[in-house]
Amino acid sequence: MKFTWFNLMPWPHLPDDFREKNRSVWVDIPSSLYDPVKGHEVYNTYLDQLEYAESLGFDGIGVNEHHANAYGLMPSPNIMAATLARRTSKAALVVLGNSIALYNPPIRVAEEFAMLDVISGGRLVAGFPVGTSMDTNYVYGQIPALTREKYTEAHELIMRAWKEDEPFSFNGRFTQLRYANCWPKPIQSPRPPVFIPGGGSIETYDFCIENEYSYSYLSFTGYKRAQLLMDGFWNRVDEMGADRSPYRAGFAQTICVAETDAEAKELYAEHVNYFFNRCLHVYPGYADAPGYRTIKTIKKGALSQYTRSSLGALGKLTWEELVADGHIIAGGPETVLRQMKELITGLKVGNIFCLLHIGNMTNEKTMLSSRLFAEEVMPHLQNMWPEWEDDERFWIHPLEDRLEPTVPLATMAEAGR
Amino acid sequence: MTAPTTTTHMLEIGHGRAPVEVWRAGKGADLVYLHGAGGLMPDDRFFLALAGQFRVHAPLLPGYGDSEGEEELKDMLDTTLHTGDVIDALGLIGAPLVGHSMGGMIAAELAALAPNEVERLALIAPAGLWLDEHPVEDLFAKLPFELPELLFHDVALGESLMTAGLDLDDPEFLSAFLITTARRLGMAGKLLFPIPDRGLSRRLYRIKAKTLILWGASDRLIKPLYGEAFAAAIADCELQIVPEAGHLVTHEKPEKVVDAIATLVNAG
Repeated sequence: MKFTWFNLMPWPHLPDDFREKNRSVWVDIPSSLYDPVKGHEVYNTYLDQLEYAESLGFDGIGVNEHHANAYGLMPSPNIMAATLARRTSKAALVVLGNSIALYNPPIRVAEEFAMLDVISGGRLVAGFPVGTSMDTNYVYGQIPALTREKYTEAHELIMRAWKEDEPFSFNGRFTQLRYANCWPKPIQSPRPPVFIPGGGSIETYDFCIENEYSYSYLSFTGYKRAQLLMDGFWNRVDEMGADRSPYRAGFAQTICVAETDAEAKELYAEHVNYFFNRCLHVYPGYADAPGYRTIKTIKKGALSQYTRSSLGALGKLTWEELVADGHIIAGGPETVLRQMKELITGLKVGNIFCLLHIGNMTNEKTMLSSRLFAEEVMPHLQNMWPEWEDDERFWIHPLEDRLEPTVPLATMAEAGR
Repeated sequence: MTAPTTTTHMLEIGHGRAPVEVWRAGKGADLVYLHGAGGLMPDDRFFLALAGQFRVHAPLLPGYGDSEGEEELKDMLDTTLHTGDVIDALGLIGAPLVGHSMGGMIAAELAALAPNEVERLALIAPAGLWLDEHPVEDLFAKLPFELPELLFHDVALGESLMTAGLDLDDPEFLSAFLITTARRLGMAGKLLFPIPDRGLSRRLYRIKAKTLILWGASDRLIKPLYGEAFAAAIADCELQIVPEAGHLVTHEKPEKVVDAIATLVNAG
């Protein structure tokens, strides 16, 4: 199993009447709700937590990309990963990922990912999401019906840029480069492991299976509701004649661990409530720009989100309902362990993206929950897939001898005195 | 008067491209009508009103109805040339050209691109311009139940016309509705998303056609003052504002719109 500690980096200071006064946490949320001075503390605390996660033994630490989004404060995940590359030494840097249809030209992603891989000594996991409609279409202005085509072309350019040893010409519809020439190249050759975040577009299954990329289902509704979608993925794996390595897939899960079930509710309920009520308050008109999803996917999809009556349904659930429906896995270590086993065997996944910071959770509680998970739960989940123990296709291959910063910060301060 | 009979046929446009569905009805002078982003409605009352005075031909843009091949149309130029090819295949180059909303944008583009092929042009609440002080509403971020209020002066009429009395909270109806919407607006987005401006303002001066601009006074999607911007940029142009009508002035005041078009077409 591979456990990645993931922080969405939500803004923790949304007002109590946020839902009443604003129609969406994303796209058109007023930036007057952001306070850069408080933001200084927020960013640094969140980065501390990612570094702490490495010390707890998590296999990876994860960042992602969102725009104009108060529950995801990382418009540039690569900046976050760059700070982590210098402050950590073992964990995989899981950048999940760069929305490659948004970079102009997209060879920029090949370059920056290569930089991260080289600085970190080969610890990069490269994520390539199509990007949500909110980010890609509404905030970054990409034409919905052309988004996938642009993504496909960008992917082709990046992979080729990593592989080719000579400059080449690239004549795409969206990008034309006379001299495509990626300096530097990544350490992991020909490419770092690739994770593709998916949210139910069935075209993405084939893309992952064909290219030996790991399919990462990022959902906030928990593992029980993910069953149907992941079954669809594994059926497709069988149909295409691929093996059933659990590392072909990963799942993001909100997790809260305390000493007991009762304490979990006492400690974390308010923060979970903040997340589901304020952070996930997204205006449904921004969920899927027409043309963003293919007709094939719409035919298979759940459409209830568009009805008047469904608006805000998630935010009304109680703690007990959220736990019972598996939206969150929460409780004492034994409860969490049991549910984690259900998740892992049910969805047949080898990668878990652990969402252990939730909403406006304080640093102390985040550290407690993370530590309990790492010490009381994670060790009992290591041997879930013994027959795939040696499958290294979907994980990082760092250099044996990696450098660390040679002059510690304290020494520099000393020298300057 | 009985309603004119509508026939539909698939028009071949050659060069390996998908055929185009064309609606035809009425008697008299030929006229080409280009629909808006919502397409033609079942028993489209504006189409039928046009057919009361003209032999009207309404080609459906790829992505609409049985017209396919929308993946081949990537941008404004592709779409404009495609529309020119369709009119050519119909044998109707030079016939009066009428377009509503997105169809008005395409008609204006075509009239600017081929100024000697369009002699009479009626643009009904056309898209294609952008005024920073008066942004066009974001059609692509609306939920189905929000559309009647955006598009109609008479919201109750809009609700009954747009849903034909069906319930948008009914999942089955909603599913069919979303698939149709995704195809149509997926195509429309190539011309209108995120901002419905593909440089038309730089080309409007080329239009030689005698032009009528019509706008519903209560248009909330594209405000009527856009009519003034069009009128100011096109040489031989008249602007008419229709009271008590929204963006779908075509469906709220079909007779008034058709009469104005007839005046344009019959003027010396």
